[in-house]
Amino acid sequence: MLRFLIRRIALGLVTLLLLTVIVFALSNVIPGDVGRQILGPFAPQESVDELNQRLGTDQPLYTQYLNRMADYARGDLGESYASRESVANLIGESFWASAKLALLALLVTIPLAVIAGVYAALKRGSIFDRVIVTVSLAGSSLPEFVTATFIIVTLGVSLSIFPVLARPPDGADPLTQLYYLAMPIMALVIVYFGYIARMARAGVIAALEADYTRTAVMKGLKRGVVIRRHVLRNALLPTISVVATQTGYLFGGLLAVELIFNYNGLGRLLVTAARDKDLPLLSAGVLVIGIVYMIATLLADILISILNPRVRLGEDG
Amino acid sequence: MSAVDPTVLEPEPLKDAGAAADRRSARRERLRLLVRNPSAIIGGAILIFWIICAVFGDVIAPYSPFATDFDGHLPPGGTHILGTDQLGRDVLSRVIIGARDVLIAAPICATIGVGLGTLIGLLMGYYRGWLDDGLGRIIEAFLALPVPLVALLTLAALGSSTTTVVLTVGIFFTPIVARTVRAAVLAERENDYVQAAKLRGENGLYIMFREILPNITGPIVVEFTVRIGYAVFTIAFLSFLGVGIQPPTPDWGLMVSEEYALIIGGYWWVTVFPALAIASLVIAVNLVADALQEVNER
Repeated sequence: MLRFLIRRIALGLVTLLLLTVIVFALSNVIPGDVGRQILGPFAPQESVDELNQRLGTDQPLYTQYLNRMADYARGDLGESYASRESVANLIGESFWASAKLALLALLVTIPLAVIAGVYAALKRGSIFDRVIVTVSLAGSSLPEFVTATFIIVTLGVSLSIFPVLARPPDGADPLTQLYYLAMPIMALVIVYFGYIARMARAGVIAALEADYTRTAVMKGLKRGVVIRRHVLRNALLPTISVVATQTGYLFGGLLAVELIFNYNGLGRLLVTAARDKDLPLLSAGVLVIGIVYMIATLLADILISILNPRVRLGEDG
Repeated sequence: MSAVDPTVLEPEPLKDAGAAADRRSARRERLRLLVRNPSAIIGGAILIFWIICAVFGDVIAPYSPFATDFDGHLPPGGTHILGTDQLGRDVLSRVIIGARDVLIAAPICATIGVGLGTLIGLLMGYYRGWLDDGLGRIIEAFLALPVPLVALLTLAALGSSTTTVVLTVGIFFTPIVARTVRAAVLAERENDYVQAAKLRGENGLYIMFREILPNITGPIVVEFTVRIGYAVFTIAFLSFLGVGIQPPTPDWGLMVSEEYALIIGGYWWVTVFPALAIASLVIAVNLVADALQEVNER
């Protein structure tokens, strides 16, 4: 177990290193004069040079990368080009707002999708199964901004059940907050329900057809016992991986949902940063989302290895 | 393959002809299954509808997509079946013409991603070793980032135009495709025909492209279709975020982004119809991809 853990974490660190290189390289696709970009075409050359020196953008790219990493390691994420504020503060505040939205969405999606997927697999070929398969396919293939638009038009405007802006008044109690966040959560749930339900369904179908299930049935075990002890335990392992992957991608979906519902989170912050070409803020934010994905998949791998000895004892991970 | 005489020194042409005939009949069988598949029929019909809009848009569209000489925000009905937007442009015409750019751009993105991804996947799966490990790590790092997010970063640094959007999305599809193709190659490489080719002394390139590639076209075609769906999704998403295709192009994602803030004012039609267009196209492509996958797995 320990060897598996160490190996997994070491590989994760290599991936993290590559991730920082990728993000740095992308934000410097066109190496430009950063000082000139910030101050505009009419600023005197001396102040441009001075700013470049202060930001360290007069250095060669690999030095800039190393300096950037040294700063990151100290918790200094740099300064936003647009607002001159500390990137760490900007991201810190909005990150938790987004995390709240994402966690609430997962809390609704996971049980709903797993139950629906498992039930659909057990009733394979029934009307319920076909509805779940179709809804999953449609929901998970749509961009979040499209589902958000449909929700806002129907529930927000036509029926006016929910407030259109996801901005609960300050100090609102949890229920009121939930009321304000209902529509953005729904938009996310529709998309992520599909991925998880399809995975749970596929896992259960594969397990139902497996030899060990046939053996269990022929041993004379009751259907309920077979399903609980043999089918579900094996079937839901791949679902754990999908949940982890989707947790990372959920933050991508937040870009659209936060924008449409005017929610002050990381997604909206990064879209604004992209429009302003505020690269220090944007690249730090992208890196944070990548790290969320990596931590989520790491936790999922550990959980799977606890539940399934084959993974941790197998010769290759 | 009883037709092959073992004493013939050059059996390749004969063997190839036999294998090609086998593949042709397998393909015909798959096509037969495909045209009976309900997902394929529904998806295909929607797809054909949008292709007709893209090709004959200028003839079908009642007005010019750029003409602003009507009243703004006319509700659907009357002379403007889907209403007009805030600048007085006909929504129906913009939705019809909007099919064109996305139906050109999405297949190009998919071609770039599947082309590069297939190449890298073949190399990784065939050579294994340090090449596979190294590229595998890089792919792993790319997969930590949702494509729309890395595209957002790249386009902010690079500047937005239709060309940069298409190139960026296509290139960021590469890691995902490479992983799929690599898995398919791994499943094939231990087969006898690969061993036979190695013993014949064929070089790696020949084995990868002439022996293995023809046997993994099934998953590659599915991947290509899935990528077209994701490309429609991603291009629309980037336009919506304001870093994709730029105004005044009648792009569906852009149309939603221009007026979603006005939904509250009751002007739902300007956003809902392009959103429906995106939804129908993405779902149609995914239905076709699903049907292809099902037929392949038979």
